[in-house]
Amino acid sequence: MDVNFTAEEEEFRAEVRRFFESELPKDIRGKIELGRRVSKDDMVRWQKILYRKGWGAANWPIKFGGTGWSVVQQHIFEEERAQSCAPPQNAFSLKMLAPVMQAFGNAAQQEYFLPRILAGEDWWCQGYSEPGSGSDLASLRTSAVRQGDFYNVNGQKTWNTLGQYADWIFCLVRTSTEARQQQGISFLLIDMKSAGVSVRPIIMLDGEHEINDIFFDNVKVPVQNLIGEENKGWTYAKFLLSHERTGNAGIGACKQALKRLKTIAAQQPAHGKTLIEDVRFRDRIARLEMELMALEITNLRVLSGYAKDSKALGPEVSMLKIKGSEIIQSLAELKMQALGHDALPYVREALDLGWRGDALLGEHYKPYAPPLSGQYFNQRKTTIYAGSTEIQKNIISQMILGL
Amino acid sequence: MEFDYTEEQRALQDTLQKFIARDYDFERRRGFARSAAGYSPAAWAQYADLGLLSLPFPEAYGGLNGRGTDIMVVMEQFGQGLLLEPYLGTVVTCGGMIRDSASDAQKERLLPRIGAGSVQIALAAYEAAGRYDLAHVACKAETQGNGWRLSGRKSVVVDGASAQYFLVSARSAGKNGEREGISVFLVPREAPGVILSAYPTQSGGRAADLQLQDVMLEDDALIGVAGRGLPIVERAVDHACAALCAEAVGIMTALNQATLNYLKTRKQFGVAIGTFQALKHRMADMLMAAEQSRSMAIIAAVNADSADAAQRRRAVSAAKAYIGEAGRLVGQEAVQMHGGMGVVDDLIVSHYFKRLTMINLTCGDADFHLAYFSDTLLPAA
Repeated sequence: MDVNFTAEEEEFRAEVRRFFESELPKDIRGKIELGRRVSKDDMVRWQKILYRKGWGAANWPIKFGGTGWSVVQQHIFEEERAQSCAPPQNAFSLKMLAPVMQAFGNAAQQEYFLPRILAGEDWWCQGYSEPGSGSDLASLRTSAVRQGDFYNVNGQKTWNTLGQYADWIFCLVRTSTEARQQQGISFLLIDMKSAGVSVRPIIMLDGEHEINDIFFDNVKVPVQNLIGEENKGWTYAKFLLSHERTGNAGIGACKQALKRLKTIAAQQPAHGKTLIEDVRFRDRIARLEMELMALEITNLRVLSGYAKDSKALGPEVSMLKIKGSEIIQSLAELKMQALGHDALPYVREALDLGWRGDALLGEHYKPYAPPLSGQYFNQRKTTIYAGSTEIQKNIISQMILGL
Repeated sequence: MEFDYTEEQRALQDTLQKFIARDYDFERRRGFARSAAGYSPAAWAQYADLGLLSLPFPEAYGGLNGRGTDIMVVMEQFGQGLLLEPYLGTVVTCGGMIRDSASDAQKERLLPRIGAGSVQIALAAYEAAGRYDLAHVACKAETQGNGWRLSGRKSVVVDGASAQYFLVSARSAGKNGEREGISVFLVPREAPGVILSAYPTQSGGRAADLQLQDVMLEDDALIGVAGRGLPIVERAVDHACAALCAEAVGIMTALNQATLNYLKTRKQFGVAIGTFQALKHRMADMLMAAEQSRSMAIIAAVNADSADAAQRRRAVSAAKAYIGEAGRLVGQEAVQMHGGMGVVDDLIVSHYFKRLTMINLTCGDADFHLAYFSDTLLPAA
C-alpha cells in the first residue's frame, strides 16, 4: 500500500505546473480565478496553446496525436489545470466524440476530424437528450431517413451545451423503429451550418446562456457522416458514456473550490472576527474536506486498478460521479453562504472581466463575490446531467450489487 | 501508488479468514463473549503462533517490522469476525507505545513477551471527568526515593480485564488539563494498591476501571521523559484510532454483505425486497459509505506510521470522524433493512451494529475528532 505518487509522476506534475505558470494567458487565468465569463475565443486560444505543446488531447493515444499519458498522469494534469485556474477543454470534442471516432469511425473520418479537434479548429457539441428522452435516453425520436446518399434528419435535441459555439454536432438519431428501442439508433455527425439546423437558447437559472434547444428540419446529412454501422449507435453511446464518466470525480476542481472557500471564509467578517473562526461554519468546511480526502483516495484506487488491468472503467465510476458532484455543489453552496446577504446583488455585467462594483455596491463589493450565487444555482446541474444521481444509484445497485 | 495488498498481506488476510471460518464462527464467538475471560485464550495463543502479536515490532525484538497497513489487514478481519481478543489494547496501542517511546531495556523486557502471548498490557489514559481529553489527568505521580508513588483513578480501560500491566498516564507536575507535566508509567496489576474492577462491554469484550492507592514503582517504570508523556499517549491513541477505523471498515463490509444477501432472499408481496427502489438506493448509499470509509482507513493506516504528530493526528482524526458517521449510517440502515431480524440477539447483524457503535465511542467519537480536524483549518495565529 502506497498512497504517494512516484518520483516520475511528481516530476511530471512539476513540469505541467511550470507550463501552466508560464503559458496560460493572464486574462484567462483572471477570469477563471474570479469566476468571470469565459468566451469561446478564450477556450480556443487555450486549446491552441496546448496543441502547440503537444498536449492538445491528454486522453488520446499517441497515434492520433494525443499524449499517450497514463490515467494517473491525466489525473495529475487535470488537478494542475484546476489549481492553476486554466479553463477546461471542450470535453464534448476531446473526451466524448473522439474516443468513439477512434474506436468505431472509419479512416477518412479519423483523418479529417481528429486533427481539426486537436488544433482547436472545430468545436463539437452533443445531441443526445430530447424533450421526451432524458434519463430514458433510448426512447429518443429524432429521425434520420436514408434517401440515396443522404439521411434526412428531423427532430429536436435539448440540453445541448454550448451549441451556440459549435461547428459540428454528434447526434443519436433513430434509423429504425422495428426492433427494440436500443437497436434502431445510429450515431451521426452533422454540420451545424447545414440548412434546416436552428439553435434556440435556453437561459439557465443563473441568467446565463450555456444550453440550447437544437431543431432539425429536413436536414440533409451525407451518409459518410455515419459512425460505424447503422442501428449500432446505442453501443457507441454506451462506450462514450463510460468515457464521459472518467474523471467525473472532479478532484482537481473540488480541491480548488475548497481552497477558494477557505480563502473567502478567512476574509468574510462575522461576529467581530472572520467567518472561519465561527465553529459552525468551519465544521461545514471540515466535513466537506473529509469527504473530499476520502474521494481523492477512492478515485485513485479506481484509477490505479484501471491502470493495472487496463480494463474499461466499470460501474464504480458511478460512485465517483455521485460523490464528486455532491461535493462540488456543497462547496458552491458554502461559498455563497459565506457572503451572507452580500450574496443578494445580481448585476449581469459583474461577470465581465474588469467590471468594478465599488461605484454601485460600495462596501458590499468584493472582487470574489459576484459569481458565487450564480455558481451555486448553476451547479445544481451536476447531480442531474451525465446520468442523474438516481440513475447512478440504479447503475450501482444493478451492476455492482446485483439487485 | 499502490492500493492492493502485498502478497504477504493477502496471505495474512487469507489465514485470518480461514481461522474465523474454522474456529470463530458466530456461535463460538458468543460462547467466548459469555465466558469468564470474555475472549478465547486458545485463539490468543494461535495469534502468537501466527506472528500477529509481534507484527508491528522491530525484528530485534522478535517482531515482523509490520507497518500501519499490516495492522489494517489484521484489524479488518477483527471486524469481520468480531474477534474479542485484546489485540487493540495490547499489541496496537501499548505495543506501539513501547516500540515508539520506551527505552531499549523496556523494549527488551516487554516486546518479546507480548509477541509470545504471555503478557497483555492495557492503556489507562482516560479519567471519568475528562471524557476524551487525554490532558485531563488528575491521577498523581510523586517522586518517592528512587521511584514513584501513584494515586488516582483511571476510567474504562479497554482490554483491561485480562491485562498483567497497565500503561498509566499520571500527573507529575502542573495542573489538570495542562499538556505539560504528564508522565507515563508501566504499572503491574499485582503491585500493592492496584484495584481493578472489570466489566463486560456492550460489544462483548472486557474493560476495567482502575484505582491506584499509593502504588510504589521503581524508576524504570517510567516510559519516556517525566512530564513529557502526553505526546507519547497521543501517538499510541492515534495508532488505536487507525486500527479502530480498519476494524470498522471490516464490519461495514460484512454488514453490507449480510444486508445485500437479505435484500436478495427476503420476500414480501411476492418479490425479493431488493427489487424495491426505496431499498436499492439506500443500499447503494451504504456501499459508497463503506468505500469512502475504506479510503479513509487507508489514509489513517499510512499516516499512523508518521512521527510528525500534526500530520498524523490530522489524518487520523479525519478518518475517525468520517468513519464514526459512516459507520452509524451503515449500522442503522443494516438493522432497518433487516426489519425484525435486525433487532434480535440471535443474528450477527445486531452484534456488528453494536460493535460499530462502540467503536465510534472509543478513543474519541465523530464530534470529538471533527472538532480537532476542524480547528486545523484555522489560519495560523
